[in-house]
Amino acid sequence: MKKAINLNVNGVARADEVEPRLLLVHYLREVLGLTGTHVGCETSLCGACTVMLDGQAVKSCTMFAVQVDGGEVKTIEGFASNGDLHPVQEGFWERHGLQCGYCTPGMIVTAAQLLDRNANPTREEICHGLEGNLCRCTGYQHIIEAVEYAAAKTAGK
Amino acid sequence: MPNKYVGKSIKRTEDPRLIKGLAHYVDDIKLPDTLYVAFVRSVYAHAKIKSVDTSEALASPGVVAVYTGADVEKVGPVPCASALPGLKVPDHRVLAKDKVYFVGHPIAAVVATDRYAARDAVDLVMVDYDELPVVTDVEAAGSGGPVIHDGFSDNIAYKMTAGEGDIDGAFVTAERTVKQRILHKRLAPIAIEPRGVLARYFPGEEELTIWSSTQIPHLLRTQLAIMIGIPENKLRVITPEVGGGFGSKLNVYGEEALLGWISMQLNKPAKWIETRRENMQATIHGRGQVGDIEVAFKNDGTVTGLRYNVYADLGAYHQLLTPAIPTLTGLMLSGAYKIPAIQINITACFTNKMATDAYRGAGRPEATYVVERAMDLVAADLKMDPAEVRRKNFPAPNEFPYQTATGLAYDSGDYEAALDKAQGIADYAKLRADQQAARAEGRLIGIGISTYVEICALGPSQAMPAGGWESATVRIEPTGKVTVLTGASPHGQGQETSFAQIAADELGVDLNDVTVIHGDTGVVQYGIGTFGSRATAVGGTAVYVAIQKLKEKAHKIAAHMLQADATRMSFEGGKYSVSAATAAAAGTSEPVVPVGEAPAAALPEPQTEGRTSLTIQEIALAAHLAKELPPDTEPGLSATYFFEPKNFTFPFGTHIAVVEVDRETGDIKFLRYVAVDDCGKVINPLLVHGQIHGGIVQSIGQAMFEEVVYDEQGQLITGTLMDYALPRAGHVPIFELDRTETPSPVNPLGVKGVGEAGTIGATPAIVGAIVDALSPFGVKHLDMPVKPEALWRIINSSH
Repeated sequence: MKKAINLNVNGVARADEVEPRLLLVHYLREVLGLTGTHVGCETSLCGACTVMLDGQAVKSCTMFAVQVDGGEVKTIEGFASNGDLHPVQEGFWERHGLQCGYCTPGMIVTAAQLLDRNANPTREEICHGLEGNLCRCTGYQHIIEAVEYAAAKTAGK
Repeated sequence: MPNKYVGKSIKRTEDPRLIKGLAHYVDDIKLPDTLYVAFVRSVYAHAKIKSVDTSEALASPGVVAVYTGADVEKVGPVPCASALPGLKVPDHRVLAKDKVYFVGHPIAAVVATDRYAARDAVDLVMVDYDELPVVTDVEAAGSGGPVIHDGFSDNIAYKMTAGEGDIDGAFVTAERTVKQRILHKRLAPIAIEPRGVLARYFPGEEELTIWSSTQIPHLLRTQLAIMIGIPENKLRVITPEVGGGFGSKLNVYGEEALLGWISMQLNKPAKWIETRRENMQATIHGRGQVGDIEVAFKNDGTVTGLRYNVYADLGAYHQLLTPAIPTLTGLMLSGAYKIPAIQINITACFTNKMATDAYRGAGRPEATYVVERAMDLVAADLKMDPAEVRRKNFPAPNEFPYQTATGLAYDSGDYEAALDKAQGIADYAKLRADQQAARAEGRLIGIGISTYVEICALGPSQAMPAGGWESATVRIEPTGKVTVLTGASPHGQGQETSFAQIAADELGVDLNDVTVIHGDTGVVQYGIGTFGSRATAVGGTAVYVAIQKLKEKAHKIAAHMLQADATRMSFEGGKYSVSAATAAAAGTSEPVVPVGEAPAAALPEPQTEGRTSLTIQEIALAAHLAKELPPDTEPGLSATYFFEPKNFTFPFGTHIAVVEVDRETGDIKFLRYVAVDDCGKVINPLLVHGQIHGGIVQSIGQAMFEEVVYDEQGQLITGTLMDYALPRAGHVPIFELDRTETPSPVNPLGVKGVGEAGTIGATPAIVGAIVDALSPFGVKHLDMPVKPEALWRIINSSH
């Protein structure tokens, strides 16, 4: 029995009929074709599937699409505007904050939320903010530096 | 002319697509009418399969087919590329038929129209098992008890003794000896992108395309062609973006062949994306050794003999390189030291677990850990500084190539220079003084040192199971753009950038004019792949030499076009010019085609009248149009080179870890982490740092958090990322990195390799530091992963 949902994804209004058990990540990836959001563990432990829902970073692998009815979702595809990278995206590029790139979209979403809440975080605060996201390639050092770069850039430093 | 790109921290050209979420991993590729596959996997570690009833699953909505072991007997066995004398090789079918041998062993493949329907139907396949005795302990496996594989007399896959020198004599004449039992727990590689396969058969063309998240597209094509029974030239393997490998995708898995076969049966695309639970159960594990170290040494710290008796836990079956991994441990047992007598005695056993195979470092971290722990034990025994014991045993720089008692010739090195530099950065003497002062206050501070050497740039084909060379084609297109095809198949290492740096400098073109293509057997000439820290040292060298070949040809064409004497022409800044004196007389002229810009749409013939120089891009166009070439010159400007390395390379370095252990909780905190690595010449320091950071953090995982745990029944206890602890951002120290640079004489770039250095070099430093912190309690050794609870118990049992 499909259920109608209405939501806004990256600024575009969407209306779809979905199975109640369809996961948000599968809705984004399979129905909308937004494959930048990845699945790494299906249990909300790795953070590769992190998206912004109503301004909060959430793990889209453990939410149903129907739970998002009426909500506003921003995925990695919605971060660059008019061809300009988001400061966090820019930080990841400048500071080599990614290698294989698989965890990167989720990391960027989480880091963006972190900076929304705390524009000038300490290293410890950055690490704490990224606790829900696993990276197996970078050893995190360059990710932390990428977030520091974005904070400085946003502050106009 | 100085390099414009090589040696510089250039940010990666592959990043924009990745940071925008626009890259394509296997699961991001969508084909119409795709069927989804899910696997029924064994819930028992060892059992007879009495029956498999698929009827209910077949009746489930959306299910198209269910295949069991009996249906897929025509698909060939999962290959093992290692050939060792007397090696027992079980028949490793892609689906279990009569017996299951480990939890996660695939029994049936369910094919459905969507992934939820396939997953639903997995639960409807009824498997009737008859449980059998389970073998999980590797030493028990090698000492009698139930035999896992019918047809074999025991569980010992092979035994091997290796090493040179008078080992018995070394122990007879030793002034002192120490012994220590050590564990290298099983680890899970955990690429954040699990494995995935998409297969599409074209019945008209009789061609099969397989997209797989692999490190070895060409080797995979060859092996899958054999397994599936399709001509190799009708099979194309495409490796799209790969979300990490760490060796786990340096393999040929049954699922990859099955997906191809299923697509051929059903004439539709078929996709399987591994779940994390499957990944923990049925993607290779790493390490898995239980061993005893014995060291013979003199009172002054000179090590005279090293013996390592080891049981290697291979798991139930051989994957591609399973039996070879412990032999790599044997090769590297000399470490960075002159040890005249070395012996390894390997007993490699089958157990009812997933296969072990190459995980970042692949046998070398085990060796480094053995040797470095040995050095610490010697130091503790003699009450010497661990740095000084190491220093005493280094070969001097003028002793290279250094011949080890394990049969290797280390290419080049200055081990003392790296140690000196690391000690300087760490301010070692002050560290030791501070440690003493802190101890006096009751604080538990420890300093650990590792002076590692590793074997990279795998490798000479003589020493490799399936070729050790690497290939490159470099061509300049008619519009002046440079295309590099590499047989290496990077998956996060950044060779799209670093190979473009090499090409741009060698050809004098803009970096953005170079595109590096990899991972498609339909486009790229045969290659070996990315593993063993080989891509730059072997694959990068192939690119470099191919460019030299291309330039030889371009030089001849340039001389012909300018009607000049080739010997009086030079190449610089992307231009072939008639020698300076002649050029001055003729006046300079700007090239028709500026570097980095495409020529006009009509591709006009480059004008040579009055010119004294031509850009290599103009020459490429002329070579393509082929109107004005020297006699007997092939049209086009392209060169291919297959580079066969004459030796391995041996990167090295010193890592110093400083930790503090909390007396109240046993918690371990990093105070410093200094790493001086020497990976030869560096193409891109930024990428090298990234590799070292990542490697060290995997070492931190091994040293402090990670272990794959099976219970006595062979059930996988660490089956999710909740149970298998990976390092997170808050766990890592602030790295203080530096390097020394000892070029490798093995390749013209002088590079050695760096992909595994951190994983190999760091664990002994970390464990050494923790042991040192606890040394006031008489601790001389701790097994990995060293957890706070174990430390807390030591601290609290002593008062």
